[in-house]
Amino acid sequence: MCERSTEVALSTPSKFAVSSAVGLTERITSGKRDVRGRVVEWLLLSTLGLTLLVLVALIVNLLDRAWPVLDGRFGDFLSSGLDASNAQEAGVWQAIRGTVTLAIIVIVVSFPLGIACAVYLEEYASRSRLARSIRINVRNLAGVPSIVYGILGLTIFVKFAGGITGGRTVIAGGLTLSVLVLPVVVITASEALRAVPRSIREGAMGVGATQWETVRSHVLPSAAPGILTGTMLALSRAAGEAAPLLLVGGITGLLRTGNLGLWEQITKGGFTSVPVAIFSYARQTGADFQAVTAAASLILLVLVVVINGLAIWLRNRFERNW
Amino acid sequence: MSDSRNLIEQETVLEQNHEEATTGSDASNNDVPVFRTKDLSVFYGDFRAIRDVSVYIKAREITAFIGPSGCGKSTVLRCFDRMNDLIPTARVEGTVEYHGVNLYNREVDAVEVRRRVGMVFQKPNPFPKSIYDNLAFGPRLNGIKKKADLDVIVESSLKRAALWDEVKDRLKASAMGLSGGQQQRLCIARCIAVEPDVILMDEPCSALDPIATARIEDLMQEIKRDFTIIIVTHNMQQAARVSDQTAFFTTEVNPESDRRTGVLVEFDKTQKMFSNPSDSRTEAYVTGRFG
Repeated sequence: MCERSTEVALSTPSKFAVSSAVGLTERITSGKRDVRGRVVEWLLLSTLGLTLLVLVALIVNLLDRAWPVLDGRFGDFLSSGLDASNAQEAGVWQAIRGTVTLAIIVIVVSFPLGIACAVYLEEYASRSRLARSIRINVRNLAGVPSIVYGILGLTIFVKFAGGITGGRTVIAGGLTLSVLVLPVVVITASEALRAVPRSIREGAMGVGATQWETVRSHVLPSAAPGILTGTMLALSRAAGEAAPLLLVGGITGLLRTGNLGLWEQITKGGFTSVPVAIFSYARQTGADFQAVTAAASLILLVLVVVINGLAIWLRNRFERNW
Repeated sequence: MSDSRNLIEQETVLEQNHEEATTGSDASNNDVPVFRTKDLSVFYGDFRAIRDVSVYIKAREITAFIGPSGCGKSTVLRCFDRMNDLIPTARVEGTVEYHGVNLYNREVDAVEVRRRVGMVFQKPNPFPKSIYDNLAFGPRLNGIKKKADLDVIVESSLKRAALWDEVKDRLKASAMGLSGGQQQRLCIARCIAVEPDVILMDEPCSALDPIATARIEDLMQEIKRDFTIIIVTHNMQQAARVSDQTAFFTTEVNPESDRRTGVLVEFDKTQKMFSNPSDSRTEAYVTGRFG
């Protein structure tokens, strides 16, 4: 250590003198590279590679295991209902319908509510101490495990408000998921609103806009792409949740819809969703059910990719739409 | 033909707005100040940014606020349209009278004030919308909904801001595509479009090149017939070129807390301020020997 530093100290003053003696061309073409920088670059690249590798391995594995279903009875699989007793009859039709219904409820309930909360916190209440403590607590809520929201849903939406939701229905499930993603929606919308430069607000206020006119005409449109992206990501989280739905009545065995109409199914009937169906099939033994589980998992992956793709598409569309 | 007729209508609208804005005082009377501040102090938290500023602003004149960085020029300016309200910790003492009404009275609606007192900011801040929508936003707030009326206002505002010829073929294009100088003139046009009584300019040229700066200065001379203008500037030559009155601010260091507070040193006709100032500090500043 000590030796090295003296060496540096000695060599420093004479460094350039030497280089001129040896020849500039030789010096700058000697092929010495930033070795440490290269190592770091390769390390970073390899971590990226590792991440992608895990993803690819997952998909390949799923495809491989799901192949008997995909090859043999894919159409049948898509159109059959939930049946955890017979792998040949098992399908995901009810599960997909359930997930889509849940997603719609989440969009209708938690998006307007969450965005409104964020607008209030960022645009109206930003100066109060109460607002600051609420903001911190919203962040904490986002970290609460989903099973806890399941218990909340069971207590409030199934038991307490069972008269309105119909008990263990898709409505109770959707409301539970809405509460689950609400903090995430509030946080992402807040961040998108905070990213809108103050100069835009000042410009609008400078020509005599009220706060609401400023928010509606300038702040929200400017923040819309960010809000949309964040909320759609929250939606894909909701679409992938199984645990809270199991608590509020997601059906895992055999779901009979009988001859109930669509509205009756929603307000009275049982429901399931793709993650719940995966859980149901994964509990069964035998290679047949392994294939069904893998196929259902692929369906969930596709659903999530579709939602995220939609988020990107919407964002691009909004950004062009000035 | 139809243009000129529309312009006449526009003028009528202007006059009506203006009468509303200056109720109780004669607009053509130059002796009645548009603004008069008395012992104005602004605090950010417990920090006093400016102390006891008393100025009066005459109608249809350009008043320049000059002084070194951090002397509170912009802070004073932002009291005239209650823009300081947007800063959570800001607090104002003393009075700012606008045509005789103290703007910091409890009953005063800041939004109504800002409809009469427009502001142009240091950094051009067009809305990320089309040129047309930038200009139509203010008039729409005032209830002008008909497209024909808005078209007239957009065109006349752009003409008065000397921007019409450059953008008339691309009114639907995004304002963000304009150059910095064009964006700033657009912001001035946006101000003009709501027919304010006063236009506040907070270092409007500091982000612009000399050519764009010259255009804005010409523009100010053009529009001062219709508007009272207050401009904050770092550039002494600019103040000398454009203004009728000049206020010189500087900072004073509080020996106890070692914090700087802005104070008004001298306020007079621009010509006198630059040729024969009464205060030695003003003389030092305008001659470039600022210590």
